[in-house]
Amino acid sequence: METKTIKHKSGFWFAVRSLISGLRLTWKHFWNAKNRRTPEYVTDKNYFNQPEGLVTLTYPYEAIPVPDNGRYRLHNEIDDCIVCDLCAKICPVNCITIESVKATEEIGLTSDGTKKRLYAPVFDIDMAKCCYCGLCTTVCPTDCLTMTPVYDFAEVDIKNMIYHFTDLSPEQAEEKKELLAKQQEEMAAAKAAALAARKQ
Amino acid sequence: MLAFVLTLVLLLSIVIVLAYAERKVAAFMQDRLGPTEAGPYGSLQSVLDVLKLLQKEDIVPAAADKNLFKLAPILIFAAVFAGFAVIPFTPDLVPAGIGIGVFYLLAIISLDVVGLLMAGWGSNNKYAMLGAMRSVAQIVSYEIPAGLAILSAVMICQSLDFQEISYQQGALMNRFPGLEFEMNWLFGIEALGINTTTIGGITTWNIFRAPILLISFIIYFIASLAESNRAPFDIPEAESELVAGFHVEYSGFRFAILFLAEYSMMVLVCLVAVILFLGSWNTPLPNIGPVSLAYWTTGTVGELSGILWGGFWLLSKTFVLLFLQLQIRWTYPRLRVDQLMHLCWKVLTPIALGVVLIAGIWRLLMI
Repeated sequence: METKTIKHKSGFWFAVRSLISGLRLTWKHFWNAKNRRTPEYVTDKNYFNQPEGLVTLTYPYEAIPVPDNGRYRLHNEIDDCIVCDLCAKICPVNCITIESVKATEEIGLTSDGTKKRLYAPVFDIDMAKCCYCGLCTTVCPTDCLTMTPVYDFAEVDIKNMIYHFTDLSPEQAEEKKELLAKQQEEMAAAKAAALAARKQ
Repeated sequence: MLAFVLTLVLLLSIVIVLAYAERKVAAFMQDRLGPTEAGPYGSLQSVLDVLKLLQKEDIVPAAADKNLFKLAPILIFAAVFAGFAVIPFTPDLVPAGIGIGVFYLLAIISLDVVGLLMAGWGSNNKYAMLGAMRSVAQIVSYEIPAGLAILSAVMICQSLDFQEISYQQGALMNRFPGLEFEMNWLFGIEALGINTTTIGGITTWNIFRAPILLISFIIYFIASLAESNRAPFDIPEAESELVAGFHVEYSGFRFAILFLAEYSMMVLVCLVAVILFLGSWNTPLPNIGPVSLAYWTTGTVGELSGILWGGFWLLSKTFVLLFLQLQIRWTYPRLRVDQLMHLCWKVLTPIALGVVLIAGIWRLLMI
């Protein structure tokens, strides 16, 4: 194998030149510090066009915009929810907790015309557990569960990371449960009566 | 006593500004923003840092040599602060105008080394000890080229008095008692026949009076970086190897004192560089015929205008050098110990010796 000697540039003036070029580089950055990066959206033609100046954004005051269809925090439009429990079943980290109470009659229609027959006294999503996979939004039959572009929702108390989406107060929920129990009692009574009538 | 208080206040305010500038300059050179939250543009950041340090617990490690540990920061700061006593701030304001100021300064600054070793040894921590050893080796070594560079300036000026050296480098030279009939010649060569005594300005700065002093200025500046433990000679406190060097065990008030001493040292070496080589408190603007820029930007000695102009020029030149120190810190990588010693003993010291010889010959041309 051929041995090659690598010639290093050396000598006093070479050292001086390289020292000065180093100083020139830092001075250039210092001089360009009067320019600052602007918080531009990625489609803006300025986005990749800011090679100079300070790159830091003072985050809470300025931030690079995220896409409108960004998939970060979950939101449930409870008016459109038919409480089918599909989202809770598919969730890989079990961050969605749903309790349902059958309604005594039809509650109404969702915005896409589906009949609502269940109340949801509990519809909690624990965003601290959520892994942002988005499976729940794909299975949602009425498209009421969506991901929003909100990403900055840190909390001091981890309990506040559990989002409650129910539109029923505990009293209302209790009332609905009683109504259901009453109806079921009545139905059971009616059934028993019908059975007794048939026996005779 | 008044001089003590005034110098301390001045020093503290310069150090506060410098600590803020260090963070901002560092940030800008690395395309960052630096402090932005405390006060407008983060300008109160260093004040808050000091307040935070003062609130902290004064921790003395159980295994430390308590007396040495407690005494070291005070000794280090006292040594550096005592150096300010002979610095002339304006034409007629110098805390202690002693005739052997340069000698005194070199001697008192050397005490710093004892303090560093006390801090490193007293901490009973191997990183602190390594840092202190490196620091002492480095400072003792670099005092030689620095001392030789200063010696060449002293030989040109024929004085150990900082105030006399200052007066020599400006249009006010003949006002100083004992220098009434001295003359300044362009480049210090009388044979050229260009008398710059009344032209003043940059033409009478030491680096122009005797251009050989430009080389000793560069040598002194490099050596002063090493003496104040600044990058690229910051191996005593190399963050990436020794955590913080000799002050790794210090916290709270004592750390604040060490920090203050470190920055005071930076200010002091820059002040000395300015006074010995860059015209001290003299204006850089020369008198050109009827346009007596030098006199206009000097003010009247003994009056407020003289004090303000003198202080302004001295401090602005100092801040230019301090900025250069900061820029060098964020430009050059740290030297290895062997490279550091190579630079000191095999490069700077021989050149400084040569410069001293040439300065002596130059002095012969000046008379």
